[in-house]
Amino acid sequence: MGLEDLQHNFLTGTLEEVVKWSRRHSMWPATFGLACCAIEMMSAGAADFDLARFGMEVFRASPRQADLMIVAGRVSQKMAPVLRQVYDQMMEPKWVISMGVCASSGGMFNNYAIVQGVDQIVPVDVYAPGCPPTPETLIHAILTLHEKVRTGEITRRHRDDRREPVEATPAWTPEQPDALHVGTPKRIASIARSVGEPL
Amino acid sequence: MDDVTPPRQRQNFFGGFKLTLEHLGRPAVTRQYPEEKRPKQPRQHGRHVLNRYEDGMEKCIGCELCAGVCPAKCIYVRGLDNPPDHPHSPGERYGYVYEINFLRCIHCDLCVEACPTEAITESKLMEFSFTNRSDAIYTKEQLLVGDDGRPQHMPWEDWRPGDDLHTSGWMRATAPAGNASFEGEVQWSGELGYGQRAPEAGQSGPPNDAATGNKPLRQTLERHLIPSDMPANQRGVRGIVTRGLEKARRFAPGASRRNHTARDEAYDQAIKDADTEQGPS
Repeated sequence: MGLEDLQHNFLTGTLEEVVKWSRRHSMWPATFGLACCAIEMMSAGAADFDLARFGMEVFRASPRQADLMIVAGRVSQKMAPVLRQVYDQMMEPKWVISMGVCASSGGMFNNYAIVQGVDQIVPVDVYAPGCPPTPETLIHAILTLHEKVRTGEITRRHRDDRREPVEATPAWTPEQPDALHVGTPKRIASIARSVGEPL
Repeated sequence: MDDVTPPRQRQNFFGGFKLTLEHLGRPAVTRQYPEEKRPKQPRQHGRHVLNRYEDGMEKCIGCELCAGVCPAKCIYVRGLDNPPDHPHSPGERYGYVYEINFLRCIHCDLCVEACPTEAITESKLMEFSFTNRSDAIYTKEQLLVGDDGRPQHMPWEDWRPGDDLHTSGWMRATAPAGNASFEGEVQWSGELGYGQRAPEAGQSGPPNDAATGNKPLRQTLERHLIPSDMPANQRGVRGIVTRGLEKARRFAPGASRRNHTARDEAYDQAIKDADTEQGPS
């Protein structure tokens, strides 16, 4: 909502809390069930565990309406570009949970067909271990992500002395707050322009 | 062909609504996870622990059998000769590096089967998640049980009472190959904090749920029971009142802190029970 470009002051401080609260309480996941982990993801969404308690009951089929991608299952090399495209189509702010050991590191499938960790393709916020993770593990990961959203900063704080000054390197901006993700096409284009590289 | 009588609710249009309305008065099946956990079955596989003997010595002898059998290749072990002046394990060697990558581990329990000294077992904990990859690699210091014989609690883990009571080593002791002549015989050494645990009841005799920690399905799925099997205080209007009071208690001001204290007390009580039940006597 353009909030990331604001300077930090007392008004945006309160607004920031409200925005973080609302983001935390209606984080809609995109459906990205790839293997057996998806069964546990569905189980977490069903009555016994009921993700609606966290405002997450709507698994959106359209990435435009989703805030969170739960990569549930092993990602094959063929699926990797599709996954990246779905991630790129999601609106900012967006988060990724890597559910299960196959998505997190390839798990027991250490072979040429499986991507060894989905964080080679998209930035992952929380990893849920297990093969497959129980619904409790997924909910624990979701609560960890909620905590991350609650404590992260979404406004730019240029005069923040807690952050060490870092020398700018090409294609990497030092003042990005933690809650921002680098890598949307628009931002890559702006970075490339500022560095002077042809796209 | 037999004449199959259709279920009553299908006999007319409003029958379906009757079924829906029947379920309206039934208790919700939802497990409120962050507040409570599902009952764990004793053979569930969870986070690993490295056990110690009752005198505090490590059980691991660094033989690397667990690493060899692991299908996901998530265990890394290096053995070293015990220093003669202060040995870590009673054997000749000990594991001086022991790492498990929980972003590879599939909790198949083959390492527990392979371990000749019951050094590595699995607890019941599955409620943990990581925000970076290095947290997921547990070192020996994190896996080894503390001086009280209990697993160490990492900040990203959610331990509750009972998660560490029936570890896999305990259940493995009764003839994993199904040999009935080993049933009821203790075949493993004592553990720090637990002593020598009572044998699991055999599979051929009558089940002893109290000894094995097994929970009857009726207890695990109590909210899915048909109305006639439900406890009396969960039925009908009385059930609505009971659940309302329960909900009011849960969401009352200060309830979260009180529940937390109650949880800690329950945890201490579970440890105390385990000590008196199965401790060295």
